[in-house]
Amino acid sequence: MSDIIRDDGRKFDELRPIKIEAGVLERADGSAYLEVGGNKILVAVYGPRESYIRRLLEPNTGVIRCRYNMAPFSVDDRKRPGPDRRSSEISKITADALRPALMLENYPRSMIDIYIEVIEAEGGTRCAGITAASVALVDAGIPMKDIVVGCAAGKVYDEIVLDLSEKEDKEGQADVPIAMMPRTGEITLLQSDGDLTEEEFAKAIDLAMEGCRKVNEIQKEALMKKYSIE
Amino acid sequence: MIHVENKDLVIPGQILADDEYYSGRGTFKENGKVCSSLLGRVSLRNKKIRVIPLKSKYVPKKGDVVIGKIKDVRFSMWDLDINSPYSGILPAFEVFGREKKELNKVYDVGDVLFLRVVDVDEIKKAKLGLKGRGMGKFKGGIIVDIAPTKVPRLIGKKGSMINMIKDKTNCKIVVGQNGLVWVKGNEDMEQLTREIIHLIEAEAHTSGLTNKIKNKLYMAIDGELPPEEVEETEEEFVLEKPKLQNFKEELEQEELEQEEKEAEEESAEETNEKKEKPDISEVIEEFKRKNKSKDGSLSYSDNSNNSFILNNK
Amino acid sequence: MEIVPEITRRSIENLVENDKREDGRALDEYRDISIETNVISKAEGSARVKIGGTQVIVGIKPQLGSPFPDTPDLGVLMTNCEMLPMADPNFEPGPPSDDSIELARVVDRGIRESELVELDKLCVEEGKHVWMLFIDLHIIDNCGNLFDACELAVMAALKTTKLPVATIVDEEVVLSEDETFDLPINNELALCTFVKIADKIVIDPTLSEEKVASARLNVGVTKDGHICSMQKGGKEPLTKDDILFAVNMAVTKTKELIEHL
Repeated sequence: MSDIIRDDGRKFDELRPIKIEAGVLERADGSAYLEVGGNKILVAVYGPRESYIRRLLEPNTGVIRCRYNMAPFSVDDRKRPGPDRRSSEISKITADALRPALMLENYPRSMIDIYIEVIEAEGGTRCAGITAASVALVDAGIPMKDIVVGCAAGKVYDEIVLDLSEKEDKEGQADVPIAMMPRTGEITLLQSDGDLTEEEFAKAIDLAMEGCRKVNEIQKEALMKKYSIE
Repeated sequence: MIHVENKDLVIPGQILADDEYYSGRGTFKENGKVCSSLLGRVSLRNKKIRVIPLKSKYVPKKGDVVIGKIKDVRFSMWDLDINSPYSGILPAFEVFGREKKELNKVYDVGDVLFLRVVDVDEIKKAKLGLKGRGMGKFKGGIIVDIAPTKVPRLIGKKGSMINMIKDKTNCKIVVGQNGLVWVKGNEDMEQLTREIIHLIEAEAHTSGLTNKIKNKLYMAIDGELPPEEVEETEEEFVLEKPKLQNFKEELEQEELEQEEKEAEEESAEETNEKKEKPDISEVIEEFKRKNKSKDGSLSYSDNSNNSFILNNK
Repeated sequence: MEIVPEITRRSIENLVENDKREDGRALDEYRDISIETNVISKAEGSARVKIGGTQVIVGIKPQLGSPFPDTPDLGVLMTNCEMLPMADPNFEPGPPSDDSIELARVVDRGIRESELVELDKLCVEEGKHVWMLFIDLHIIDNCGNLFDACELAVMAALKTTKLPVATIVDEEVVLSEDETFDLPINNELALCTFVKIADKIVIDPTLSEEKVASARLNVGVTKDGHICSMQKGGKEPLTKDDILFAVNMAVTKTKELIEHL
């Protein structure tokens, strides 16, 4: 099975071409730009900063707020601007995926805002958003236990494959996006939709974790490239 | 077993060393490994590992000198923006004592002040005061904004960098530990100083920066390089409280002594190993130590190519 | 709203009085401008524009729709702007602010009133099917003068927009899968934004200049030198001389801007 070739010529365990750049915006405290396949994602981080929304603040630690948003021109049929149920859910699970890595005890009652903008979408934007958001958080100087990274595996034509493209996602039988902290292997996001046997699921999660580790190397390279001395 | 060298650039989650090493600021210990929690540079001393952040928001600390902007005037205090996730308050009694005065006649919204952090409460709100040399409202000049982590580099060993800029530009310069810098002088010199300060911020990691800045200053002002190259000295670095030359003549000897006493207390605090929070004194301490080494500079960088290219079709 | 320190206000005013600026520019000088087109594969037209640190992305998506009853044979332009919270610590998530709506409308007015898009060629079937062009502006980094950056981005994107060829077969619209046509454009335009600081008129304001300015003026000028749109903003008035001075400068400066396209 390892020699199957997918629609776009990839092997079953091959990622789409990926590129990450840290620190791309002037105003934001931290930022990152990510391209994977046809996805183009821009993330800005502001904070820790004072917040006037008191009910969100916690006395002993800083809190994060995440907003995932798709540009109207990011998809084939123009998307109406503004939040919808899908983007609200992704915003929530993204914050949940990132939170375990953050060490905000030194910033009680402060707020960190993470703004994920999907400039162009081609399948797998939630994982790409998490991956880019982590780089932007590091770029902002936020203390973290690890750099969270997202990647999906799924089932297409009865095969378990890594990093589904938009076409594979539409035609496939299942999609399992995960996010993890690579050092410990702890999983901070897991969703699954579609039909999988128990064995297939186990295979998918292994493959997705392997994908996460590869993407994590690209995250590290992006940060090193931005900040290392010539 | 250690996996990094002194001054190495590290990122959050990176394993730095095994169990026999001690975890200092900017690091944490998990499953017997010392890991970095920050994007920064490794500082290794004996068996203790710390990470000095490249970027960090200013968190107020008792005794710091800061530059703050008045954002609101209330019944018995002023609210100040101190370039931090935490705001500061200046209570009226810090300024008037028991006297009753109208607050906004003295300092109003938009005024910029040089202050001292008198106390920090449990939610990190900073109580500010004006006891100290040159403290109070700035008249004229400009405000330059830099990363608080770059403040020690701007000041330089024993104030070498900042004093050189002051001497050459004839500007008065006040550096707040919260990353705000006040500059006053001839209009063109103010703008030149702004440029120079941003250059220092951008190139804080490079060695021989003092000479580079010196050359730039001389070229900009005299149109020629300084007569001789001066080697950067290798003396131990001590952070001096920003000096306010000719600013507010009415300083009292008593205050001076008080300040020195406070400074001593501060340095005593700095050596206290129990403290965990990364803060300015940490960076300063780091510099003191670093400057015993050869090039005397910390390696910071945030000015690599910022290409951000969206692919063309 | 962020408070501008009094000494910063004074310093900017003093500089302008002496014909100087914080970043060393002349009063009639733009920051560096860069324009990239076709940056979004899924949009039929797109561009990214930077003026100094200010950065905007625009995407143009066409949709077939019904014409307005009073213009049954004309296509429709819709301009929308999102001042994303990523662009500025003071931008809030949520429905478009008044500033955002004004920005979109001023940009739209230039395009609409110069009549540079040949809307009659966007009619597929009179009274029934016309192309509607959705122009979506995404503000991603705000370092001042969003107006000029947005207008340049829209102009650049319109010039590279390609639409699928639409034909009527058995009273149904059929879109060609591979055949496209260039959006018909018969002119070009740029917007020049001025602010008044210390009784002087300054072009391409930075964020801090915008904050201390007493008034703002946007002037849209076509390639052939005709004024097609204007908008005065800000708290304080402008004199007739201020306005005529700005218009005169806009006619020259828009030519420079159009050269970047």
